[in-house]
Amino acid sequence: MSLVIEDLEITLGGRPLVALPRGEVAPGEVVTVMGPSGSGKSTLLAWLSGALDPAFRTRGRLLLDGRDVSLLPPALRRIGLLFQDDLLFPHLSVAENLAFGLPADVRGRAARTARIAAALEEAELAGYGARDPATLSGGQRARVALLRTLLAEPRALLLDEPFGKLDVALRERMRSFVFERVRRLCVPVLLVTHDPADASAAGGCVLELVQGTLVRVGATPADGGDGPILGWQTTPVGAASL
Amino acid sequence: MLRAVPLLTALIFLGPIAAGLAGTLLPAFGWLPALGGTAFSLDPWRVLLAAPGLGKAVLLTLGTGFAATLLSFGLVVVFCAATQGSPLARRAQAALAPLLATPHAALAIGFAFLVAPSGWIARVLSPWATGWDRPPDWATVNDPWGIALVLGLLLKEVPYLLLMAFAGLGQVRAAEGMRAAAALGYGPVTGWLKVVLPQLYSQLRLPLYAVLAFSLSVVDVALILGPGTPPTLSALVLRWFADRELSQWFPAAAGALLLLLIVLTAILAWRVAERVVASLGRRWIAAGERGGAGSVLRVGVPALMAALLVANAASLLVLIAWSFAGPWRFPEALPATFTLATWQAQVQAIATPAATTLIVALATTALAMGLALACLEAEQRHGFRPGQRALALIWLPLLLPQLAFLFGWQVALVRLDLDGTLGAVVWTHLLFVLPYVFLSLADPWRALDRRYARSAASLGAGPWRVFLAVKCRLLLRPLLVAAAVGFAVSVGLYLPTLFAGAGRVTTLTTEAVTLAAGADRRILGAYAALQALMPMAVYAAAVMLPAWLHRGRRGMRPA
Repeated sequence: MSLVIEDLEITLGGRPLVALPRGEVAPGEVVTVMGPSGSGKSTLLAWLSGALDPAFRTRGRLLLDGRDVSLLPPALRRIGLLFQDDLLFPHLSVAENLAFGLPADVRGRAARTARIAAALEEAELAGYGARDPATLSGGQRARVALLRTLLAEPRALLLDEPFGKLDVALRERMRSFVFERVRRLCVPVLLVTHDPADASAAGGCVLELVQGTLVRVGATPADGGDGPILGWQTTPVGAASL
Repeated sequence: MLRAVPLLTALIFLGPIAAGLAGTLLPAFGWLPALGGTAFSLDPWRVLLAAPGLGKAVLLTLGTGFAATLLSFGLVVVFCAATQGSPLARRAQAALAPLLATPHAALAIGFAFLVAPSGWIARVLSPWATGWDRPPDWATVNDPWGIALVLGLLLKEVPYLLLMAFAGLGQVRAAEGMRAAAALGYGPVTGWLKVVLPQLYSQLRLPLYAVLAFSLSVVDVALILGPGTPPTLSALVLRWFADRELSQWFPAAAGALLLLLIVLTAILAWRVAERVVASLGRRWIAAGERGGAGSVLRVGVPALMAALLVANAASLLVLIAWSFAGPWRFPEALPATFTLATWQAQVQAIATPAATTLIVALATTALAMGLALACLEAEQRHGFRPGQRALALIWLPLLLPQLAFLFGWQVALVRLDLDGTLGAVVWTHLLFVLPYVFLSLADPWRALDRRYARSAASLGAGPWRVFLAVKCRLLLRPLLVAAAVGFAVSVGLYLPTLFAGAGRVTTLTTEAVTLAAGADRRILGAYAALQALMPMAVYAAAVMLPAWLHRGRRGMRPA
């Protein structure tokens, strides 16, 4: 189940915003994309999740496990999405939020409740199901948001600065919480961040997006500093990181 | 499907206006084959210009229209300047919103009950303060100068403009500007006028034009509170349209067109005056005058606003009091007894127009909500973003005098064989309900964090599930408030009901305005009170239902 971007080109009113040659993220791998604001990160993420405004023109394909999903609506792509803000639905309880993510083919009230309770327990949130999300701490909310995403059984994950709003002490714990579970899931993961510490915690290869193009590819600092500068197209991405 | 809705909405909405304007323009120049007008001529204009009292009617229209608009704008500006940042402003906002739900006609009737020579105010003050034991022979209602009309319009227009101003203030970062001005030594009122008002004004422009157009062309309030000989131009034109002699329709159409010209010229004149005031204001700002603490204004204007609120509330109370009144002789402040007799006697007669009012308002609101939501959803899903100009079209029914297109629209409805049907009334109400519903929905809808929808979609929720289970649920409160506004607008519409209903569809509003011409105060009070209470009850439900549903959800409380 790998995620492949093929010859992507996104333009707005004739102005090129993102242009990427072929690239691949292997299952279980976390590829980090860094770049200054305005470099096209959010445009890239919006395209990957299928939420790009119709005003943008796009070319290129997104292959998930060999299948082109670039024309599918967001709801059918099964690409999980985690933002800086937890975006728990404020009108639903914690358990109802999780139930929103749990696929409908988990049938029967008892089975669904059990799945949700198990997920909460595993995240050290046992008994929080009936709570109003607004009464949870920032760290608890972030964990519930991740659980909601994982319960939907995504085939790939996009993490959009997921730790940006947490305070420093919490950030460290949340990083290990997220990356541990993400690896267990064994799906391709794309992490977008400003924070080099996120990238090194992710432990995968790091790409830098400047003005819509990937200009540098390096191994993580943990792997021994900048690696050789290679094209995204030719990088044996999975091998470099794991 | 969804892609077609914006265009469909534009057709449903602009079609009747275009047909209506054409249908007024042609008869104004003699063309209305159904009535034998088969040649263009200027005769309608000759008849119109020769009509007795026309000149005075036009002057009266201009005088009352501009007076009401200028006074309400002035009061709102000074109130905002004097209370910026104080808790008073927030309290005023909470008190004003339900007032907007009250229909014009009910408020005007209540106001008449209040200020008439035998009205509540005179009763409360008599005989101990005034020495009156019978009503004085004064014309406090229907006075020849139109003062009662202007005051009656103020009761409704001040709350409307104030709410528009409050909405705009959030967007211009008024508090920061005021802090900066204060740090430079500006007094609060001067600072507000120099820093906030210039930014706020562009947000108030269209609501102000709507108030101006409405004040110049209003019919129901003018019939209830305005002078009779001559009346305002709009009331005069309606009199001709209602005449048994159908040939009067030609000068009536010309009169409606004249009213349209007056309104358009007035808006243009206001636009020019804006420029002049702006350039004078620039000079005043550049002069660097700091201004004082504005203590007089800071006490006086809130007091004036409070008086307006009290007048509003008293107007409603007096309607209810009369509808339950037993014997109530002149100088007594309250009826000798309260009784259900009026309601019992009227229940049969009132039930039909009440049911019609309810059905029309519910149907119109449902349609308007459906169309507005579909347009907003199409905008987000398919990127159909209307331009600034296209959006301004939604103000069209609020900026044109109703008379200028309703007559022509009625002629078109006769052609379509729809006149006098509930469907025609609903369609016509939609022209006025849709703008309010759309305008009050659009801001919260567009302001909702788009990532909620993206988040839900990434969890596998399809577009309709996202729409219903996420967007509509998160925006339930503004959704219901928009519906309540739509409902209130529909309940209050007089001319649209009269023309589209062709006299066969009667609502509480048409009945109340008819009864206002001289029915028993108890009966009139019952009709007007019910007319006022219906939208208020809906508004209360719209506010309380989400509060109850979201009682355990802190994140859903209004900010």
